Amino acid sequence: MKNNKKKMNPFDDSLFSMLKNMKEIEIEDVDFEIDRLDFTLPTLVSNPQLYRQIAPMVEAQKEAAYQFVPPVNTYRGEVVEVVLGATKSEGGTRSRAITLGGSKTPPFYSFENEKPNPPVVVGDVFDMKISVPKPVRIHFDEVMEDPAEWARVYVEKFDVDMIDIELISTDPLINDTPISESAKVVEDVLQAVDVPIIIGGSGSPEKDGPLLSKMAEVAEGERVLLSSATPDLYEPIAIAAKEHDHAVLSWTSLDINQQKELNRNLLEYIPKEKIVIDPTSAALGYGIEYAFTIMERMRLSALWADEELQMPMAAATSNSWAAREAWRKDPGLGPRMLRGPLWETTSTLTFLLAGVDMFISLHPAAIKTVKEVARWLMDKEAKGTPKDWVTLEAV
Amino acid sequence: MSKKISPLDVFNLLPKTNCGKCGEDTCFAFATMVADRKMDLEQCTPLFEEAQYEENQDKLEVLLRPAVREIRLRSKDGEVRIGGKTVLYRHEFRYSNPTAIAISVSDTMPEDAMLSKVKKASDWGYRYIGMDLSLDLIAIRSSSNDPMKFRECVEKVSDVTQMPIVLCSFSPDVIEQGLIALEGQSPLIYAANQENWEEMSKLAKKYECPIVVSAPNDLDRLMFLTDSLMKEGIENIVLDPGTMPDEGLRDTLNNFAMLRRSAISRKDDVLGFPLLGTPISAWCGEDEEPEIKAWKESYISSILLSRYADILIINSVDMWTILPIVIWRTNIYTDPVKPVTVEPGIRTFGKPDENSPVLYTTNFALTFYTVQEDVKDIDCYMLVVDTEGISVESAVAGGKLTADKVNDAIKETGLEDMVTHRKIVSPGLAARISGETEMVSGWDVLVGPKDSAGVKSFLDKRFYQET
Repeated sequence: MKNNKKKMNPFDDSLFSMLKNMKEIEIEDVDFEIDRLDFTLPTLVSNPQLYRQIAPMVEAQKEAAYQFVPPVNTYRGEVVEVVLGATKSEGGTRSRAITLGGSKTPPFYSFENEKPNPPVVVGDVFDMKISVPKPVRIHFDEVMEDPAEWARVYVEKFDVDMIDIELISTDPLINDTPISESAKVVEDVLQAVDVPIIIGGSGSPEKDGPLLSKMAEVAEGERVLLSSATPDLYEPIAIAAKEHDHAVLSWTSLDINQQKELNRNLLEYIPKEKIVIDPTSAALGYGIEYAFTIMERMRLSALWADEELQMPMAAATSNSWAAREAWRKDPGLGPRMLRGPLWETTSTLTFLLAGVDMFISLHPAAIKTVKEVARWLMDKEAKGTPKDWVTLEAV
Repeated sequence: MSKKISPLDVFNLLPKTNCGKCGEDTCFAFATMVADRKMDLEQCTPLFEEAQYEENQDKLEVLLRPAVREIRLRSKDGEVRIGGKTVLYRHEFRYSNPTAIAISVSDTMPEDAMLSKVKKASDWGYRYIGMDLSLDLIAIRSSSNDPMKFRECVEKVSDVTQMPIVLCSFSPDVIEQGLIALEGQSPLIYAANQENWEEMSKLAKKYECPIVVSAPNDLDRLMFLTDSLMKEGIENIVLDPGTMPDEGLRDTLNNFAMLRRSAISRKDDVLGFPLLGTPISAWCGEDEEPEIKAWKESYISSILLSRYADILIINSVDMWTILPIVIWRTNIYTDPVKPVTVEPGIRTFGKPDENSPVLYTTNFALTFYTVQEDVKDIDCYMLVVDTEGISVESAVAGGKLTADKVNDAIKETGLEDMVTHRKIVSPGLAARISGETEMVSGWDVLVGPKDSAGVKSFLDKRFYQET
């Protein structure tokens, strides 16, 4: 018996194709008198049972006989691409447009298919000074009264891809800021930075409709993401997006059926390419597993051709700071200037692996880490080098 | 993706005597628990003790064998199980055996520092939503490559910890000394590789210990080594496909995903073993500050928790790096079918009377335990509203926390007989439903802080002065 590198089929073609789809073959009372035995291993190894029947016969205790065959799936569906922002030639004033989504496989299964677009990282800016924990505040203390400056710091210093201007002060229960003032804030932000933007309402069911309709008009041509349409309030936002060529963030509360229903309703007005899903991103330790699993299920459904879930996903990982472990001053929990940012980073990377395409972030270290990790994961040239950690001296 | 095991198939192979030795009343009840992986087959003692059942016992073991085998590591007093996985995604069936976390020490560390690190890892604990979280294993690395030095170190470690141990060296002589020191226990051997596998597999057999097969970033070789060990009759194997930081993360994640999919979806039993991740690799980086290495080690651990690692070896035992890992592990291993809830109804804290404040919150366990921590020293009543285990903000948004629900809870619990006033403190995040709640219930709603840490000062300012 010979285990030649140069391989030829041991069976004639017709016999081989007959056996090709079999899971098992049992050979009894057969003597092999073989002058030359050749392998077509990839096919055999891809069928482990068949492979194991034959392997002992040929005493294949040689490493060369083993070839791992990547378990590649095929999918019937894929996530659509959503384009945000428009350059001058496209009728806007942004320096570039950003494409998100487009995945054809589970997140970063690059042995199956490359992820076409990197995750988009968005700096979270508010239209009023809000209370944020110290590890975040030290980076923005000077600018938190001025949303345009706040946005500029995010873009110029921390390299975010987009800005989310959240008009929370418009909430009747907070400041009830008039819509005309909010228009001014949005215009200022568009002036201050040249990246695409998200315009967020306060979540007030009375105010968000008229507010976001007006903002859609103000930002005409800029292809913004209007945040957000909810099961209670989607019609005026969908209409505004349609009229002014914007996209809509479709926000539900950890409920896949509710998300499908809302998307179905939005699809009456706008196509998939104008919708981003936000299934709610709970904080690490405060329900993150619900969000993680819903995102995983949604992404798998999209790949299995569920048209109502084939949109990119967003996560407001700024929510991570809702966890006390992230912000609490407690020496027993370790230095909070490191602990807090790591908390947001952990949540962000967890959602990245669940399929999230867009992160609304707070802390610069979380922003830096997710961009860096995504770059490594998407780099086709990247090659892993094994590390000798066993004999590492005391560290 | 995974086949569900039918309780009937299990039942048919059991003794059917309803002897009750397992703790269940009937063999069928036991079969249901075993099929749902809530009890072990070994709890049916007659099956293992009586010769007449031997054939059925074998059949049951094959029937119940998970796609990823379960491996047990033992110390003198402790046991840690790894693997035993049956699914790719946790929404298919709850993940079994939370990823075991091993903290590493080296035989070249000064003895005091080494032992204090072992103690720190052994005593590490964190109280989280009614659970005591802890770490699982100690990994001892031979940096010295000196068999006797290693043995001495292993002996000292095993004197101060109850955790099972991972013995790390590529030298069979070093490993054997470690195994002698832990005679009678079942540590994990790290590792067999292409140079030493024949000698290492002899040790695994001689000392009856589980063994890691290591082939960093080389899955062909990993298959070859694993199959070679299986042919030697070794069944307790753990796979190390290599954990490579930075640019290596791409290959690392692909390898973990491909291996687990091969085991679960393709039923490839050469690859149907637990996966070992070594985020400690982040410490091999040069020219980086320790904080950066610790930061990377922590997020690589979390990434590998999301990508099927069954055991992780890490270096840092600092609270800030360990806590996110351990919390994510706890979260991802909860049963997704059962929301983490507490009983709705009235709770009392301290010694409340008819003038004491009333607060309400949701029955989401995470919310409840957080609030409880903050109000436990206040004399008060807390109304736990059934929101189907959803947190306040999401429940308000999703219609699971409404004025009617709060009203029903007030009326059904008899709260109106317990206090004479009619003021209830709502969570700050439920401000939106406060007006309607007042209308429906006839109670005054005081909108409390968004974080329950502020409840005490809120009550001082708003409740006690106004009543």
